[in-house]
Amino acid sequence: MSFSFGRLQAVLIKEFVQMRRDRVTFAMMIAIPIMQLFLFGFAINSDPKHLPTLVEMADTGPVTRAVLMGMQTSDYFDFRGIVTSRADGDLALRDGSASFVVVIPPGFERDTLRGLSPEILLSADASDPSVTGGAAAALGGIVERAMQDTLTGPLAATARPPPPFSVTMHRQFNPEQRTATNIVPGLLGVILSMTMVMITAVAIVRESEKGTMETLIATPVRPLEVMLGKITPYILVGYVQTGVFLLAARLVFDVPFLGDPLAFFAGFNLYIIVNLALGFLISTVARSQMQAMQLSFFTILPSVLLSGFMFPFAGMPGWAQVLGAAIPATHFLRVTRKVMLKGAGLSEIAPDMLALGAIMLVIVAIALRRYRQTLD
Amino acid sequence: MTDLAISVRGLTKVFNGRRVVDDFDMDVPKGAIYGFLGPNGSGKTTTIRMMCGLLTPEAGSGQCLGFDIRTQSQRIKENVGYMTQRFSLYEDLTIRENLDFIARMYRLPDRPARVAAALADLGLADRAGQLAGTLSGGWKQRLALAACMIHAPRLLLLDEPTAGVDPKARRDFWDEIRRLSAAGVTVLVSTHYMDEAVQCDFIAYIAYGRKLIAGPATEIPDMIGLVTWRVEGPDIAALEAELRQRPEVEQVARFGAVLHVSGTDAEALDRVAGEFAARGSHSWQRQKGGLEEAFIYLMASATDNFAGVAS
Repeated sequence: MSFSFGRLQAVLIKEFVQMRRDRVTFAMMIAIPIMQLFLFGFAINSDPKHLPTLVEMADTGPVTRAVLMGMQTSDYFDFRGIVTSRADGDLALRDGSASFVVVIPPGFERDTLRGLSPEILLSADASDPSVTGGAAAALGGIVERAMQDTLTGPLAATARPPPPFSVTMHRQFNPEQRTATNIVPGLLGVILSMTMVMITAVAIVRESEKGTMETLIATPVRPLEVMLGKITPYILVGYVQTGVFLLAARLVFDVPFLGDPLAFFAGFNLYIIVNLALGFLISTVARSQMQAMQLSFFTILPSVLLSGFMFPFAGMPGWAQVLGAAIPATHFLRVTRKVMLKGAGLSEIAPDMLALGAIMLVIVAIALRRYRQTLD
Repeated sequence: MTDLAISVRGLTKVFNGRRVVDDFDMDVPKGAIYGFLGPNGSGKTTTIRMMCGLLTPEAGSGQCLGFDIRTQSQRIKENVGYMTQRFSLYEDLTIRENLDFIARMYRLPDRPARVAAALADLGLADRAGQLAGTLSGGWKQRLALAACMIHAPRLLLLDEPTAGVDPKARRDFWDEIRRLSAAGVTVLVSTHYMDEAVQCDFIAYIAYGRKLIAGPATEIPDMIGLVTWRVEGPDIAALEAELRQRPEVEQVARFGAVLHVSGTDAEALDRVAGEFAARGSHSWQRQKGGLEEAFIYLMASATDNFAGVAS
């Protein structure tokens, strides 16, 4: 009648033996996450530099040269050549050979010296705003500094007078604005979610697809014993994945770990359990391993797009934020960022832990209701 | 306590609005081999699952080994060995691992000894490390039987245990079933095969989810009331074709060079027999109806149930 540790142990042993025999899946659980970490960790850059830039120079002079020099040294702009007409510049933007065209208007030097505030036109390919955003934002400061450096002595007056106050941005937690620092902790959440959900779902559905669930159900084994026994081995897989991840984050990507390891440990354990429970829930819906696979894939996109991993959570409309809050990855992402980058401890991640706990309770409740002891 | 291992009344199961099992009664005496017959899709598997608590019936009640099938399925599972229609042990575990796993599920105290004994009984002790998935059909079936016997259940539910197994393995299997029955184990076995049905002490025949007939095997022919004439002689095929034209003849079954001509209306059939016997070409002999004719009669009257409800 009651819970039996002997039976739980039996299910555990069986799972480990099966895992050991299924080498391909086992290799996938460890090798693919590492490959993904290295691929994405190195490949993704949200602050692109060295963007191809063309110049249309209707004027040449020390000020123009100073501006262009400033742009070049900022690393954002990579001058590829000179265009002579507006049409040529537009063509280059359209066929993608340039991301920017800088247009220095005729009489730029003269008008500058006369204090007429001539305009430099920066034509940008904004079809992908994230490409041009950083460079465009940096341009204002670049030009201003170039002016101040060039227009010295008697010309100093023509440069813009200093503003009455200045704003200083203090970039906390990621002062160099390195993408890896942002993306590696987030990747852990996405990859853990992907492997945990899919592997659990498939492992359980395999039992019903192969008919072994019939044998299981005909024995006195309890649903909780099956659930725990099937899930625990994959918790260990999650541990291995996380360990590899933290090591790589530290040694390869130079991502700091400033916070309380205990807080991180608590957070990722809860997150793994939530994902395994989600996989278990999927397994109660899916009829075949194929369906389990497909359903698992559907959980991945929201984890990437709505969790705040790829795009800012605060930028989403209210209803989307509500949806996002129901995704486990959202909260785990906050935990990893808080603990690794912001040096948080248990008390700071409490709200995220509560949210994860609530999601877990809901999922487990539904999953246990759906996993029936009988076959009807 | 009663002397019935299983006693159910009015079992009904509905899947998607279709009554798969309808108002089903059954009494299985302890120690008996009870044959459960019927065409494909007639509800045999569903009935067996309801009787051991794997499915909850929409209506009806009953007991299995003295436990209520609705509320005490856990106790039933502990005391029943259920062998599924399709091989459902772990193909990626070895024979020993499978047996050990099942033994652990029943929390057997002397597990290593039981597993070793089961392996020895199977004659697989030297192949205990082989993956179950690599066994042939007959061996898989023997392994499955060993697995569902490992906790020494008092009742065995076998769901078409010999489907897809060669004749030799089937015969060995039935020897084993009779041995178990002699040792006091009650066996409920569903089957398609007539030659297996005749080995049973009791028989129930089900079609379209309804029980058509049930009783001791020896009484089944009388219950159906079939009269049979045994016909022997030359050119039996032509005679068979001719007999099939006669409405009084409900069934012609051929056993080698012999025809069994049967019908439920004894007088009408006797008239036909007299008419043909008068020709003098064949020898006509009236005999007691056997189980074989009875089953052919039952199966002919209830063909494949899936075909019947396809609309």
